[in-house]
Amino acid sequence: MKPEDLLYATTHEWVHVAADESGGKVATVGISAFAVESLTDLVFIELPEVGRQVKAGESFGEIESVKAVSDVYSPVDGEVIEVNEVLRDDLERLSQDPYEAGWVAKIRMSDEAALAELMDHTAYQKQCADEAH
Amino acid sequence: MIGTLVQTPLYQWHVDHGARMVEFAGYSMPIVYTSIVAEHTATRTAATFFDISHMGRLRFDGPDAARFVDHLVTRRTADMPAGRVRYALVTNEEGGVLDDVLVYHLRDGAHASYRLLVVNASNHDKIARWVDVHRRRFDGQVEVSDLTNSWSMLAVQGPNAAELLASLVDCDLASLHYYTAAETRIAGKGGVISRTGYTGEDGFELIVGANAVVDVAKSLMEAGKNLGIVPAGLGCRDTLRLEAGMPLYGHELAEEINPLQAGLEFAVALDKPEFIGRDALVAASERTDVPVRVGVELSGRRIPREGAEVFLPAGASPIGGVTSGTFSPTLQRPIAMAYIDRSHAEVGTELTIDVRGRHEPASVVALPFYRRPSGRESTS
Repeated sequence: MKPEDLLYATTHEWVHVAADESGGKVATVGISAFAVESLTDLVFIELPEVGRQVKAGESFGEIESVKAVSDVYSPVDGEVIEVNEVLRDDLERLSQDPYEAGWVAKIRMSDEAALAELMDHTAYQKQCADEAH
Repeated sequence: MIGTLVQTPLYQWHVDHGARMVEFAGYSMPIVYTSIVAEHTATRTAATFFDISHMGRLRFDGPDAARFVDHLVTRRTADMPAGRVRYALVTNEEGGVLDDVLVYHLRDGAHASYRLLVVNASNHDKIARWVDVHRRRFDGQVEVSDLTNSWSMLAVQGPNAAELLASLVDCDLASLHYYTAAETRIAGKGGVISRTGYTGEDGFELIVGANAVVDVAKSLMEAGKNLGIVPAGLGCRDTLRLEAGMPLYGHELAEEINPLQAGLEFAVALDKPEFIGRDALVAASERTDVPVRVGVELSGRRIPREGAEVFLPAGASPIGGVTSGTFSPTLQRPIAMAYIDRSHAEVGTELTIDVRGRHEPASVVALPFYRRPSGRESTS
């Protein structure tokens, strides 16, 4: 997925929305390269449980780095239908390929209203530039 | 915000070497250049270079300088031969820790004896005031000068540090034992070298003129390029000192904590006739009802951070709290220091720690977590 095509939360998660076979909307969620880079030295990720119902803005996972722990927030409402199990043993994928192999969870959306709160790539880049100083 | 922070003379050097700069004790300091783990590992296996210019340096001259410094610190320092360095605490009248410091006894080029106190950056202003107040009350001749801005300080740490520095300094490093120091020339510049550090590894700390430090840094990196030297930031300074079981002021040490409960008895000479805080510490040495500092290890991956509460496995109320925690790059597991009730502080005691709402199993272990392989320069 191209970073330019994604939506972003202020808390640095990215979202890609696609239709599944049944016509429902599935959001793939990951963590932006900017966030991964500023965490550095990742130690551990706690993934949400499959089947969990989440609300936009709710913490549904955490990432431990040597220096600090950070919450991972769901950017949308819905049900967690799949998590990237590979990350449990290979957290490097998150830093090496945050927009493809490093995805975190897939959420079947129950409501699309939360998407309106997300930023496009241009707005998100501006936020990152502001945070860097 | 960064604009209001103090920059060390190496600020631009750090930026040029890709450092991520953060605020620390009013200074803009490098937290990491590449990765904390890479810089940590380089310190354990090769050599690293740290800018520690933010630490405070106070010099004491005059016929009564030794006696004055001895009055300020918990340890015997008046009888140190020239060239000795000792770790000590500055305590208040109640025995609480104002700072942990290194006391140097040095001789300058004219062979005049002086004392140097190296203090934490976060405590520099407080200690400078404390020194000033007590100097006015002191019956004797002592002159205090603050060298913090006119001199800079570097650390070269790691098993390759001695080999790296051998060609750059005018003194014999083989006879410069752990916790000794000398005035010497470093890459052609006048300064002080000591075999000290905050990493648990063999290494040296260098004091050179603020106007010379950029040249010295270049010389160090050049001399170390075949010995694996990399610049290292405050991030790995913290993981290294934690593995080495060394307390950090503001975490394991504070004015509300006395050095005995911190496990620093070795640095408190209760039999010394006089120092500020002595009477309170003699009384404190009898007490068993204050929490003590312990090391804890966890078997999981979740890391307890400062403020996490510590419990007995079935306990409902906390028996203490975490003061520092991290993931140990050497041991590959979470480690922490905590203050807990003395009755549960024995090595092997099983605990749980509330890590963000979930109790993780932990156990009390002996400090330090990491000890460098024998055969390298060891504690004297």
